[in-house]
Amino acid sequence: MAVGLDLSRAEAEDFLYDEADLLDGWDLEAWLALCTDDVVYEVPATGLPDGSPATSLFLIHDDRFMLESRIKRLLSRNAHAENPRSRTRRLITNVRVGPAGDGDGAADEAAVRASFHVIRFRDDAMHHYVGRYSYRLRSVDGQLRIAHRRAALDADSLRHSGGKVSILL
Amino acid sequence: MEQPFIVDDPSTDTFRINRRAMVDPEVLAAERANIFDRTWLYLGHESEVAQPGDYVSRTVGGRALVLCRDHDGTVRVWLNTCTHRGATVCRETKGHGRFLTCFYHAWSFDLAGNLTTLPDAEAYGPGFDKAALALKAPPRVDTYRGFVFVSYNPAVIPLVDHLAGARDYLDLVCEQSDTTMAILPGTQEYSIEANWKLLVENSIDGYHAMSTHATYMDYLITAMRKAAEALGEKLAPPSLDGHAHDLGNGHAVIEYTAPWARPTARWAGPLDPALREPLAARRAELAERYGEERARRICETSRNLFIFPNLIVNDIMAVTVRAFEPVTPGLMHVRAWELAPVGEPAALHEVRLDNFLTFLGPGGLATPDDVEALECCQRGFTSWRELPWSDISRGMAQERPGITDELQMRVFWRRWNQMIGGDPAAAGGGEGETPVRLHAVGGGR
Ligand code: FES
Ligand SMILES: [Fe+2]
Repeated sequence: MAVGLDLSRAEAEDFLYDEADLLDGWDLEAWLALCTDDVVYEVPATGLPDGSPATSLFLIHDDRFMLESRIKRLLSRNAHAENPRSRTRRLITNVRVGPAGDGDGAADEAAVRASFHVIRFRDDAMHHYVGRYSYRLRSVDGQLRIAHRRAALDADSLRHSGGKVSILL
Repeated sequence: MEQPFIVDDPSTDTFRINRRAMVDPEVLAAERANIFDRTWLYLGHESEVAQPGDYVSRTVGGRALVLCRDHDGTVRVWLNTCTHRGATVCRETKGHGRFLTCFYHAWSFDLAGNLTTLPDAEAYGPGFDKAALALKAPPRVDTYRGFVFVSYNPAVIPLVDHLAGARDYLDLVCEQSDTTMAILPGTQEYSIEANWKLLVENSIDGYHAMSTHATYMDYLITAMRKAAEALGEKLAPPSLDGHAHDLGNGHAVIEYTAPWARPTARWAGPLDPALREPLAARRAELAERYGEERARRICETSRNLFIFPNLIVNDIMAVTVRAFEPVTPGLMHVRAWELAPVGEPAALHEVRLDNFLTFLGPGGLATPDDVEALECCQRGFTSWRELPWSDISRGMAQERPGITDELQMRVFWRRWNQMIGGDPAAAGGGEGETPVRLHAVGGGR
């Protein structure tokens, strides 16, 4: 079954840009409100961008509870890798709407892909995260929501990324 | 004035290490010569090259290597360098094929190492010895329960002797499976801007769990409470309890009970209550096979195992295998994999994969803060001349040091000190290169 929700590229771009703004602004509670109850947020291991979290080692594979815990942690003073907080700037580009080629989507969902470059500044260091987003966005009560969000990195390792993924990519 | 690297005085419960060991390029040069060039180093796991024709390449002890399985099914290790004029014969981190072909002049080697074809072979004289130009292996290669080690010291002691008491703990990890354990696809490749020895300490440090990892503990307790409420049960107060053990030759372990779930086989929130019964059944099977006490350890206890000098096998909420290498005194490269039983039922396997990610790895709720802690230590070491000593004496007066004590780190440092001082017995073989001698600590730098 093809992905069903009719979404224009401009609408998808608006959504992604708003989202990037919330994340860069550390407004993580507002960002979490954009996610569905059955949200999945995942970051595959470098070198295995098309892996499955059911069979291969990832960096991140969060369900809603884990994602809430991640955000609670980041907003506390005890996420030491982000205390003091880093500053980030997300450049989102090459946005496309359409089947991501990874199978079925529901009638109320649209597949969106985009390229990202997230730059993280902390302790006078600059860390880069470059890769591809794949989303399934769902219409919930007329609002666009994140049902599935994968950030797949292009690098061979996290050695240009401060050795960790301590922010939401 | 000369200062030692460690002060080890049980009569006054004193154990300190000189922070110069963490910052000095001369120390790193001595570590390469006296430790990394002389003892056994972990390369990879046989399961990473499960099929004939599989290969992976990586750098270990500063040398580019290829681990592969030849067409007879034999696991082989080659120096990743062409016997012609030196180019790497394998330029992929992972692949499959019949040959390793050097693209430079197109010499081609089979996975058993033989030089099979080279262009215009007629131009070489009659004395040209093709057989002698086979790929070259590191001086020593050996495996224990699928873990492949190499040594660049031809006179190194046998691997089983080197592993000493660590063998039994590797056995415990492997007994989770009725058949064999395998490394899953996917590698966590990262780096830490800190001295490699800080990750040795950190990987077996129970003392920092509650302070550094407060946000993980909060996640875990919230999850356990939710599960207990859903089941109408009372939440037992979570605790970490156990002991540290010296395993010989610089290896050490902490073994303890912990609140988290273990896929083999300890149920706890946030696992689905439906998994309680299959996990209990798995534990009963293991008790049948290994006896109740051994099964209790396999299932109930967690262990952070350090194998000198740079391998960690942490069998905690899942099993991670972690190896790291110094690049400079203030930078290490880290690789972490996940080890899991082959043929595990899918429902348990998926839980294992997710349980791993709650804590472990550079995207987990814990490891990023370890990276931060180690980098903060390294920054603090800028004043090593003014404040030269770090204290590692915790638990020295205890008869049985616990997991929040520091015995396991002292075991590492004592071995390190022996080897860095060029003690030939500690190098595991009296022959080979003359060890490097370090200059005295002193001003002028
Ligand atoms: S260097 Fe490999 S063929 Fe010449
Ligand atoms: Fe830690």
